[in-house]
Amino acid sequence: MAKEVQLKSKKRITKDHWTAIAFLIPSFILILVFVYGFIGWTGYVSVSNYNSLIPDFSFAGLKNYIYLFNDFRFQADLRNTLFFTILFIGLVIVIGMGLAILIDQKLKGEAIFRNIFLFPMALSFIVTGVVWQWLLNPSTGFNQFLSVFGIQPKWYTDTNILAGFEWGSIEFGLPVAIIAVVIAAVWQMTGFSLAMYLAGLRGIPDELREAARMDGASEFQVYRKVVLPMLMPITMSVIIIMAHISLKIFDLIYAMTGSGANFVTDVPGVYMFETTFRGNYYANGAAIAIIMLLLVAVFIVPYLWNSRKGEQ
Amino acid sequence: MKKLYGFLLFAALVLVLAACSSDSSGESDAEDSGDSEGSASGQVEIFSWWTGAGEEDGLLALIDLFEEKHPDIAVENAAVAGGAGTNAKAVLATRMQGNDPPSTFQVHGGEELNKSWVAADKMEPLNDLYEENEWMDKFPEELIDLVSNDGNIYSVPVNIHRGNVIFYNMKVFEENGIEVPTTFDEFFTAADKLQEAGITPLALGDKESWTATQIFENVLLGVLGPDDYNKLFAGEIGWDDERVVEAAEIFGKMLDYVNEDHASRNWQDSGQLVANGEVAMLNMGDWAKGYFANDLDLKTNKDFGYFAFPGTEGSFQIITDTFGLPKGVENVEDVEKFLTVLGSVEGQDAFNPLKGSIPARVDADPEKYDQYGKDTMEDFKNSRLVPSLAHGSAASEGFLTKANQAVNIFVTQRDVDNFIQALQNAAPEM
Repeated sequence: MAKEVQLKSKKRITKDHWTAIAFLIPSFILILVFVYGFIGWTGYVSVSNYNSLIPDFSFAGLKNYIYLFNDFRFQADLRNTLFFTILFIGLVIVIGMGLAILIDQKLKGEAIFRNIFLFPMALSFIVTGVVWQWLLNPSTGFNQFLSVFGIQPKWYTDTNILAGFEWGSIEFGLPVAIIAVVIAAVWQMTGFSLAMYLAGLRGIPDELREAARMDGASEFQVYRKVVLPMLMPITMSVIIIMAHISLKIFDLIYAMTGSGANFVTDVPGVYMFETTFRGNYYANGAAIAIIMLLLVAVFIVPYLWNSRKGEQ
Repeated sequence: MKKLYGFLLFAALVLVLAACSSDSSGESDAEDSGDSEGSASGQVEIFSWWTGAGEEDGLLALIDLFEEKHPDIAVENAAVAGGAGTNAKAVLATRMQGNDPPSTFQVHGGEELNKSWVAADKMEPLNDLYEENEWMDKFPEELIDLVSNDGNIYSVPVNIHRGNVIFYNMKVFEENGIEVPTTFDEFFTAADKLQEAGITPLALGDKESWTATQIFENVLLGVLGPDDYNKLFAGEIGWDDERVVEAAEIFGKMLDYVNEDHASRNWQDSGQLVANGEVAMLNMGDWAKGYFANDLDLKTNKDFGYFAFPGTEGSFQIITDTFGLPKGVENVEDVEKFLTVLGSVEGQDAFNPLKGSIPARVDADPEKYDQYGKDTMEDFKNSRLVPSLAHGSAASEGFLTKANQAVNIFVTQRDVDNFIQALQNAAPEM
């Protein structure tokens, strides 16, 4: 079998192939240099002593990484990223799927709802950030309305850490302020997961549900036992896409809250930008970039591995 | 099918040719500017972050004046907007390291210039230019020191802002019978009195933490005095000095009197609180005067007044924008012509009244400035000049970044020991 395939492919390296290769080479070279070359360069800088405007490429070992992991701000960044990612992905999945199931009930004006929920996705995170910065500003925005009920959340200026305990030099727990950022991010990205789940739901043949109902399954059981399992691949894709957005997030935070008091809303992306371009700590900045790359890789690599296996 | 390949190959060829030709045009540009070296028809590219209301007007007035004097030299205004200069600095760093420097660029006098571009050997000394124009006694000595390194002068200051100013709402002070405080004790007495009357004493908008760092540096100046303040940044006094600890404690106490939503505001937003009388005072560099007078339509010395930060009377926290000559610029003479206009009385008097700053020269014409300007020019001549930390003059940008982080943590945690420790850890990078 394998031999046959090989023979076939050998035969097929013809003109067709060479043209395809010729057209791929320019973009291949560009990506090799401008993506992988620069990743390599960033890695090289991250283990150098290049921490001022004077280039110094002497080998520093893991000094910059050790510095970061001992740094209050970076520890806070990792904590914030963790909780932001969990809340963000969880809510995007739950709300997105919920809305998709509601819209899928063949209601009238379905297209209108679909579009309304999808629109925020057309905005840039900067716009979302600026708008939500005003909406969740504790002295204006929602609080004007909430004061009727006598509640005044401090939103992104809240410096409390829920269920916090000392860990390293930071207090580990859920930073209340990050919830405000999660709200903005979920508002923007839910439309995307809604669209994906809606496509997924449409892909499930009605016969399957009918069959389940015939077997006496309640409506809840139909969703629990038939629909949800069939939506698993969609959920996987949503998780991957949302995870790489949330792990790399910069623009939303930068426009909406900045680092926040006591770094409660700081993320590695913002730290990287500030330490590199304000403090001229190029090697530290490069180290942050590499750590972010590894974090994303933790999600992406198993996924790619899995889908490759699936194809085979 | 063959036709299609032919077409695609042709398209690829066109793309390659286009890439080559744009390359060669780049080269010929460089040759052009090379030719113009020494000749009269060059171009000067001025790099700054002056894109806001008053500052852009000032820059354009300066460019107009230069073009009037040198009609043969074209000026390119390469201002980069946003982030109070952060975006511009990021662009500048890229260009400088790629050996594509602008003809001249905006940089704060002090360590922002010395510890970065001068230390990286990217700047030409301007001693000859200073001698030619007899500038040595036209700028205050302490200011020239700030733009010098190892006896060489590296930039020309165009303006002066003052950092140790408190702006206050005059109506609020009057209604509550508050006198202008000159010491920390008087400040805290006044603050208590205001708080009892239900008015927040001090405005802070530390969404970007330099505003809090600015308060801290002024407390430092107030506690240490100008000489020891300078010694602190020269490394002759440690950050664990008991007076620095005392300053941290006073800074912490001041933070008890700020508006609760400080973390959601920038400095303009905090200025609005003072303008509408919710908060009494604001410590801000005197660009805030332009904001109060022009943007919020308040009357100087009627709606809002100003006084030196408690304990810092007689000192002048300077923030100065300067322009230098990067190495590797082709048409040096044209750039020097621009710097000459920039450093002239005429140039400074064209720029500063619009920008809302005062001239760096001591012999400019006070009549061109408003009452605040006149007062400040007088103070500028008679005060000790000290460099600001928050604006990059007193220490390197690396130290500043870490100091801002320490301040950000301190504003919430108020842990003096931690704060002092963080500053001390960063001190080798000053």
